Amino acid sequence: MYKIGEKIATREAYGAALAEFGCDERIIVLDADLSKSTKTDCFKKVYPERFINAGIAEGNMLSVAAGMSACGNIVFASSFAMFASGRAFEQIRNSVGYPCLNVKIGATHAGISVGEDGATHQCLEDMGIMRTIPNMTIINPADATEARLAVKAAIDHQGPVYLRFGRLAVPTIFGDDYKFEIGKGVELEDGTDLTIIATGLMVPYAQEARNALLELGISARVVNIHTIKPIDKEIIIKAAKETGAIVTAEEHNIIGGLGSAVAEVLAENAPVPMARIGTQDVFGRSGTPQKLFEIYGLDTKTIVEKSKEVLAKK
Amino acid sequence: MNTNSKELKCFAANIRKMVLEATCNAKSGHPGGSLSAADILAYLYHTEMNIDPKNPADPDRDRFVLSKGHASPALYGALAERGFIPKEDIKTFRNAESYLQGHPDMKGVNGVDMSTGSLGQGISAACGMALAGKLNKKDYRVYSIIGDGECEEGQVWEAAMFAAHYKLDNLTVFLDFNNLQIDGNIRDVMNPTPFDKKFEAFNWNVIVIDGHNFEEIAAAVEKAKATKGMPTIIIANTIKGKGVSFMENQCGWHGTAPSVEQCEMGTAELDEYINSLGGAL
Repeated sequence: MYKIGEKIATREAYGAALAEFGCDERIIVLDADLSKSTKTDCFKKVYPERFINAGIAEGNMLSVAAGMSACGNIVFASSFAMFASGRAFEQIRNSVGYPCLNVKIGATHAGISVGEDGATHQCLEDMGIMRTIPNMTIINPADATEARLAVKAAIDHQGPVYLRFGRLAVPTIFGDDYKFEIGKGVELEDGTDLTIIATGLMVPYAQEARNALLELGISARVVNIHTIKPIDKEIIIKAAKETGAIVTAEEHNIIGGLGSAVAEVLAENAPVPMARIGTQDVFGRSGTPQKLFEIYGLDTKTIVEKSKEVLAKK
Repeated sequence: MNTNSKELKCFAANIRKMVLEATCNAKSGHPGGSLSAADILAYLYHTEMNIDPKNPADPDRDRFVLSKGHASPALYGALAERGFIPKEDIKTFRNAESYLQGHPDMKGVNGVDMSTGSLGQGISAACGMALAGKLNKKDYRVYSIIGDGECEEGQVWEAAMFAAHYKLDNLTVFLDFNNLQIDGNIRDVMNPTPFDKKFEAFNWNVIVIDGHNFEEIAAAVEKAKATKGMPTIIIANTIKGKGVSFMENQCGWHGTAPSVEQCEMGTAELDEYINSLGGAL
């Protein structure tokens, strides 16, 4: 479907997947006046009768989605991650999460890679916010292949799902034979000295860091966690026991997201030295995504440095 | 239908008795706004809605969303009176062992179509149900009750825009206009009036009635059903605490439960009323 190495944003794959799997007549797609950006317009072109624009009113959109799903529909509600998870948090919590309704939140433009729009639009807390809601499943795909499979899995999953997509074109790292299962982490590379657990667009950086570490004589395992909740405890505990040190990498505040989820698993099951890479509890700013990755330490260099630090604590 | 029927009036009075029983036993809950909405609920559940207690999940049934979810005792009373839940369960309201939550839980109660409680969200969910009905080519109608204080929530107006934009003529919303919210008269706390002009401006079909007059409720619902291309808001002028003399028009009864003695006094008044109709059915 997507060629390895091809650069494509996960939001593009989201829109394409909605169109691809949208033949199920139970599916309704809602958007809050951002369909050209969230790429739900791809679905609209194929199934205009099942596309509903809710206007710039995210709270209402999520409760509308809840009402529709209560009538048997599978409803995708899309907006930027900031407004879907932030503005509509309480509607998601009370109208969607509490009754465990079949609403899929397609949250695009997550993270600092939004770039030039700046801090107000760079959502760095959505995984943390969504993680606190019982019944919620959270998926943060790393590339287009994973994003496509996540959409399919979300359609088949009974209950609310928060799907986190990015604006930035990122390299496709998985081929057509890639297996995706909600809640199952994927060991991408084996290693013995430490494990880098990455999610979303940090996964290819983790792979690059592994190669850089190898040159320094350090063997790093790389694990991709696409499902932030329910998190794959087994793969994390195994990595801790077998490699003895963990570095997490995410395009999110280090509070609340992957780093926190992994730390919780480690603290209760297999405490080992760990370091969390992500934004360090600060707001973002305007700039190109590449420049921002550099400023906020979301890059290969930082993963290598943190890996060395954490190894020293073993 | 005979809107003056003894049966309908008894149905409403029995809802009110269950509101007292529920809140008294729970030692908490919201009797005032439950009593103001009791006649609307009685009309919907006794006379109007196409629903079947034997098949509460029928995809073709009419839907009801209690957007002012704190009036749950009145909804549970209507569901009990209509045979969706056992009447003896009313006294378990708000107990940790009970399925009758403080605010309606659609997962736990037969006949509850939407979980509500956080104000402003129910009317949006009702919009979703109404639009889903159109997309799924179903003939059901959707009813909702919102509070007057609830209209201070911005989401109500987002929903109002949405319902008119999508011409949801299968949606009928009652506004329980009882004038009181927790901190006092709505005009003193944060004036959301005028409701009629606001909803007119939002392109709704607006009908103003006495929310305790079954003939007016029935006529308004019939007008709503006959109105095409726009949603209907029925602004129902009501009395908070209606039917229990010492609770009427007292904002203190918004979220205060009656004592056992008060519950007995109120129940006696309602029994007297039922007897005046010619006795319980």
